[in-house]
Amino acid sequence: MPSSKPLRGLALLSTVLLTSLLAGCNTVLMSPSGYIAMQQRDLIVVSTILMLIIIVPVIILTLVFAWRYRASNVNAKYDPEWHHSTMVELMIWSAPLIIIIALGAITWVSTHKLDPYRPLERISADRELPTNVTPMTVEVVALDWKWLFLYPEQGIATVNELVAPVDRPILFKMTASTVMNSFFIPAMAGQVYAMPGMETKLNAVINRPGVYEGFSANYSGAGFSDMRFKFYGMPAADFANWVEQTRAGQETLTREAYLKLEQPSEAEPVRRYASVADGLYEAILNRCVESNRMCMNDMMAIDAKGGLGTLGTFNLASNESTRIRLGLTDTATRAYVGAMCTPADPTGGIGNANPVL
Amino acid sequence: MFEHLDISKMLLGRLSLEAIPFHDPILLVTFIAVALGGLALVGALTYFRLWGYLWREWFTTIDHKKIGIMYIILGIVMLLRGFADAIMMRIQQAVAFGDVAGYLPPHHYDQIFTAHGVIMIFFVAMPLVTGLMNYVVPLQIGARDVAFPFLNNFSFWMTAAGAALVMASLFVGEFARTGWLAYPPLSGIAQSPDVGVDYYIWSLQIAGVGTLLSGINLLVTIVKMRAPGMSMMKMPVFTWTSLCTNALIVAAFPVLTAVLALLSLDRYAGTNFFTADFGGNAMMYVNLIWIWGHPEVYILILPAFGVFSEVVSTFSSKRLFGYASMVYATVVITILSYLVWLHHFFTMGSGASVNSFFGITTMIISIPTGAKIFNWLFTMYRGRIRFDVPMLWTVGFMVTFVIGGMTGVMLAVPPADFSLHNSLFLVAHFHNVIIGGVLFGMMAGINYWFPKAFGFRLDEFWGKCSFWFWLVGFYIAFMPLYVLGLMGVTRRMNHFDDPSLQIWFEIAALGAFLIALGILSFLIQLVVSFKRREQLRDHTGDPWHGRTLEWSTSSPPPPYNFAFTPQVHEGDAWWQMKQRGYERPAGGFQPIHMPANTAAGIVLAGLSAALGFALIWHMWIPAIATFVALVGVAIAHTFNYKRDYYIPAEEVAQIEAERSRLMASHV
Repeated sequence: MPSSKPLRGLALLSTVLLTSLLAGCNTVLMSPSGYIAMQQRDLIVVSTILMLIIIVPVIILTLVFAWRYRASNVNAKYDPEWHHSTMVELMIWSAPLIIIIALGAITWVSTHKLDPYRPLERISADRELPTNVTPMTVEVVALDWKWLFLYPEQGIATVNELVAPVDRPILFKMTASTVMNSFFIPAMAGQVYAMPGMETKLNAVINRPGVYEGFSANYSGAGFSDMRFKFYGMPAADFANWVEQTRAGQETLTREAYLKLEQPSEAEPVRRYASVADGLYEAILNRCVESNRMCMNDMMAIDAKGGLGTLGTFNLASNESTRIRLGLTDTATRAYVGAMCTPADPTGGIGNANPVL
Repeated sequence: MFEHLDISKMLLGRLSLEAIPFHDPILLVTFIAVALGGLALVGALTYFRLWGYLWREWFTTIDHKKIGIMYIILGIVMLLRGFADAIMMRIQQAVAFGDVAGYLPPHHYDQIFTAHGVIMIFFVAMPLVTGLMNYVVPLQIGARDVAFPFLNNFSFWMTAAGAALVMASLFVGEFARTGWLAYPPLSGIAQSPDVGVDYYIWSLQIAGVGTLLSGINLLVTIVKMRAPGMSMMKMPVFTWTSLCTNALIVAAFPVLTAVLALLSLDRYAGTNFFTADFGGNAMMYVNLIWIWGHPEVYILILPAFGVFSEVVSTFSSKRLFGYASMVYATVVITILSYLVWLHHFFTMGSGASVNSFFGITTMIISIPTGAKIFNWLFTMYRGRIRFDVPMLWTVGFMVTFVIGGMTGVMLAVPPADFSLHNSLFLVAHFHNVIIGGVLFGMMAGINYWFPKAFGFRLDEFWGKCSFWFWLVGFYIAFMPLYVLGLMGVTRRMNHFDDPSLQIWFEIAALGAFLIALGILSFLIQLVVSFKRREQLRDHTGDPWHGRTLEWSTSSPPPPYNFAFTPQVHEGDAWWQMKQRGYERPAGGFQPIHMPANTAAGIVLAGLSAALGFALIWHMWIPAIATFVALVGVAIAHTFNYKRDYYIPAEEVAQIEAERSRLMASHV
């Protein structure tokens, strides 16, 4: 049969490819530097091995049967009516079933253990979390098309650069300004989506000092390919130094500075802010950095209490500036309830009326 | 509001000369080439006076066989477009490193990967699958046509109208830059104010009408029109998988229609279903689109499984092993396909229990799928396997598909998916199952049923060339992507910084060129086969020693398929008939009642495309005019009473006698 030789060559080719793959040419997923990513690596390996138990025999049997029962081999047994065997059918359903039971159990346990929302209990395979260590919080904002990191504990902020101490758990709280992105540092932990008006979380830790790649793993528009940052894992002392240096800088991330930063831009350089306006992350999350917009959580709180009825109509704002920015000036202006009360207008334009809150 | 009324704006909307991409040399050259090619085709058709023939015999036909062939031609034409996108992406990613920006700026590149996904799924895979089902199912169940022949013609033209709109976006305006599922808020009016997403919405909505109606049609056909004696458990496996696929279509496509309608309301009427503000929730869109999207995967793969079942049994000259477990596996997959959609976004922040549930249901699907693979394996066991081209595709599929299955199960483990999601590993995985499963299945099916449709076989040599180029090209193109995924490389990137990745992208590009040779070989195979058709001619109607009813009639079958509706006693009906020494009846023919051709389908679909175009460009007056015309033609069609005719008994007798004469002279 002319076809079988190339088939065997193909098997050889895939073996070669597989070996080169496992040998690992800087495959970061296979040799990560954070405890979470290491456990995810182990899961990838275990599930591959479990599946190979089925896959390898199937591939070999396919090629063997194709060769053995080729029409020209008249010595092979031919049984055109053989189409049922309870034993064989039992085997072909139960073999995958057993593998999937094993894999299902692993899935249930590991999904709970590696839930990104679950605080870490260990900082590496052989070290428990010391009782006096609390996670460091980093607030992540995916902007068009750069990353903003706020460090509430340190009171600083950075753009397109993330720095964290090694062996201390990090709690990432994430949101986005306009569209969906995915926050991913392969060396540290798997990704989680960052979405506007919502907060997602990721608990992780980096165990080895070094410089790692971080990026958006969910396509988000024109500047997506350059939406990358360097992640520095530093010993605690170095991290403290870096924080001091950053604090010594000039720039402050005010609300106005944020609104400017938020404008779409591509391949932004690294920036560091020595201080950050109070409540900025909450305002970004609740989409009320502009002074004339009501925060989503306030709006929801009011709605939850039954709304404000006609009182709300005093507070209409227009989307004029948004329309100009997007070049949609020829579309109709739309009005919406802008704010009940804002820093610039504490009474929400109602004067002496008493808002029911 | 009325002071802003501007007649020219109401007529032309956003459309102006600027919409035509004169500034982009790639598009301009493509446009000129397409225009010249189109003119040449139109000229040739006019010169050879083929318009009348095409209109009478093909465009207005309600014969399920011709409609099936037209679907497959549409699929192949769109494959060329979708593949052109693919090779442009592979070249861009192979060259755009460091300071080299490549030849495709993001604005163009982002349209290309979006168009590639949309075209390959909706306008290549779907037409090929629907075309095969349309052609084969009525023949396999001994029917004379589908249940609703006019609807069938209408469905085809709606699919073609959707494809035409996607093609129009290439030269008038632009296509979406959102990825093939157009997640909001990126696809919302604030982030994508131009016409791209509107082209996306309206082409899918129009094609979706066609798909849904064709799903209903085939479902009813299989349930109601089987030959006497063909109980459900005696149906050929391809018919079974078609039944399940069409059940999935009928249940899933309305969800797509609804979610796209909500997105259009966001874009056209200022609602806030999926916006970031005003209580909109984009996660709802992601859930809804995947509630359609995951069943869609099985809509595509189940008919391919059916093809492999037919091919492996025919070419092993042996009954299919484990027919009943094959049927149960198909039904189990059909049901489970609705319980796994969340595995497309484990990373969206659902709780651990929700993620585990969907991870485990996903893995459970691999049990019936595994059982199917084993069934094909044991069908080959103790068979007499002939390695004709369809069987080559099948063996290639069995080896390739299990690798895709393996990586699929890996992606189903949520914590592993956190690392692999949206990476090139994922891209490699779904190409592994869609090329290795659906495409190989369609190629096997086309090679297998071609002699039935045209009366001559496809050329063996070029068929084998096509197979080997595709197979080797697939491995060379996609194995590097698995490696790149493990290196943490994400999908949809326009350029890269790390030079160590480049070699893998270059290998992948080489693979894509081999696949191009595979497609070229297939086209050559068609041309060579047509030229050699007299040598490849099959007079028996049963060139492969087939087992199911479609092989009992002539190749190509007469318009009425079967002079007498066959009586079925067992599964593999034609095989059993041959075993019992079946003789074709030579007399006693009756007049046969047949549906009549109509132009309503192509007219309605043409008006729908015009309506879609008008809505895309906000041309409100043409939109209203075409909508009124659409409703008018639909109502007028209900007054068309010339719906059917009879083929006289003498004509049937003549056709059947001619076939007897041919068979006798070629024994």
